[in-house]
Amino acid sequence: MTPIDFVVSLALISVAAGVLGSLIGLGGGVVIVPVLTLLYHVDIRLAIGASIVSVIATSSGAAAAYVRERMTNLRAGMFLELATTTGALSGAYLTTLLPTRFLFAFFGLVLAYSSFATFRRRHYAEPLTVSNDRLANYFNLHGSYYDPAEQREISYKVVGTKPGLALMYLAGLVSALLGIGSGALKVPAMDSAMHLPMKVSSATSNFMIGVTAAASAGIYFIRGQIDPIIAAPVAIGVLVGATFGARLLGRVKSRTIRLVFVVVLVVISLEMLQKGFFP
Amino acid sequence: MEAKIRRTEVAISLVLRIGVIVSVLIITVGLVVMFAHHSAYLPITGGTSYHNLTSPTTPFPHSFTALRHSIAAGEGQGIIVLGVMILVLTPVIRVAVGVLAFLNEKDVPMALVTFIVLVVLVGSFFLAQG
Repeated sequence: MTPIDFVVSLALISVAAGVLGSLIGLGGGVVIVPVLTLLYHVDIRLAIGASIVSVIATSSGAAAAYVRERMTNLRAGMFLELATTTGALSGAYLTTLLPTRFLFAFFGLVLAYSSFATFRRRHYAEPLTVSNDRLANYFNLHGSYYDPAEQREISYKVVGTKPGLALMYLAGLVSALLGIGSGALKVPAMDSAMHLPMKVSSATSNFMIGVTAAASAGIYFIRGQIDPIIAAPVAIGVLVGATFGARLLGRVKSRTIRLVFVVVLVVISLEMLQKGFFP
Repeated sequence: MEAKIRRTEVAISLVLRIGVIVSVLIITVGLVVMFAHHSAYLPITGGTSYHNLTSPTTPFPHSFTALRHSIAAGEGQGIIVLGVMILVLTPVIRVAVGVLAFLNEKDVPMALVTFIVLVVLVGSFFLAQG
C-alpha cells in the first residue's frame, strides 16, 4: 500500500467514524484506534495521537450544528466542563502512579455498569418537568430543544448535578489516563444521573469532548504522537462525517440512538476488561 | 434576554464553524504540497510503502521550533501540523468566547465557571511544555 492509498482509504473510513462518533457523542476515537492498529498496523502511540485529533474534529464539526439547533445544552455543558478539565489535568499526574492494567479493569467494570444503566432507561422517553436540584436551579441548567423526529419542542429539567459532576471528573480522568473513552462516561452521566434527554446528552457530550481532548493534545504534540500523514486524512474525513452525522441526530428516534450507544459501550467495556484481565 | 442567549449560541457555533473550515483548508493545502514534493508517494501500486511514514521513527515536526522551520521550508508536513493545531485550538477559543458571551448576558456565575475552565485549559498547555 502506497502513501496515496493510505491517505485516501483512511479518509474514507474516517468519514464513517465521524458519522458514528457525532451521533452517539463519543468522538471518532472508538473507530480510529482499532482501525489504525489492527488494519494498518500503526504503532499504538501514533494511533492514540490520531484519536485525539479525531475526537476534536468530531466535536467541533458536529457541535457547530448542534449548538445552532439548540440540541446542545450549552449551559450544562460548560458547567460540567469544570469537572472534566480538572479531571483531565489530575489524570496527567496520576499516569505514573497507577498500573494501567488496574485502570483498564476498573474502567471496564464502570463502563459495563454504565451500558446496563443506559439500556435500562430505554423506556423513559418523557423528560422531567420539576427539579429540586439546587445547583441546577441556581445556574439554570434546564433547557428545551426541538425534536424533528417527534416534530415538537421538548422541555426538560436537570437533576443530580453533584453525581453528574463526580462522573464528569472521572470521565476527564479516564481520558487523560487511557487516551480513550472520554465520551463513554459523559453520556451516561447526563442520561442516567442528570436525566437529560438522550439526544441532548449525546449532543452535549459531543460539545464537551473537544475541550477534554484539547486539554491533553498539547502533551501528545510535544511527545511526537501527532503524525501529519495520519492526522490529515483523519481530520478531514472525520470533519466531513461529523457534519453529516449532525444532520442525522435530529431525525433519528431517541431510542435508536440509545441502543446504538449501548452496543458501542458494551464493545468498549469488553475491550477494556480484556486489557485489564487478559493482557 | 432570549435574544442575547440566542446570540451566544450563534457566536459559539460560528467560532466552531470558522475553526473547522480554516483547519480543513490548511490541512488540505498541506496534503497537496506534500504529494507535490514527493512524487514517489503518488503511484497507486508498488513504490514506497506508507509504513515508512507511519512508524515511530518517522521524522515530523513535534516542537514549535521544528514546526516553524518546516513551514518556512514549505514542507507539506509542517503545513498539516499547523492546520491540526488550529483544529486543537478551536475548542479553547470556543471557551474564551463563552466567557465573553456570559458576561454579555450579565450572567456572572456562568461567566466565572467558564473562566475557570479556560484557566485550567490554558494551564494544561503550559504544563505540557514543561
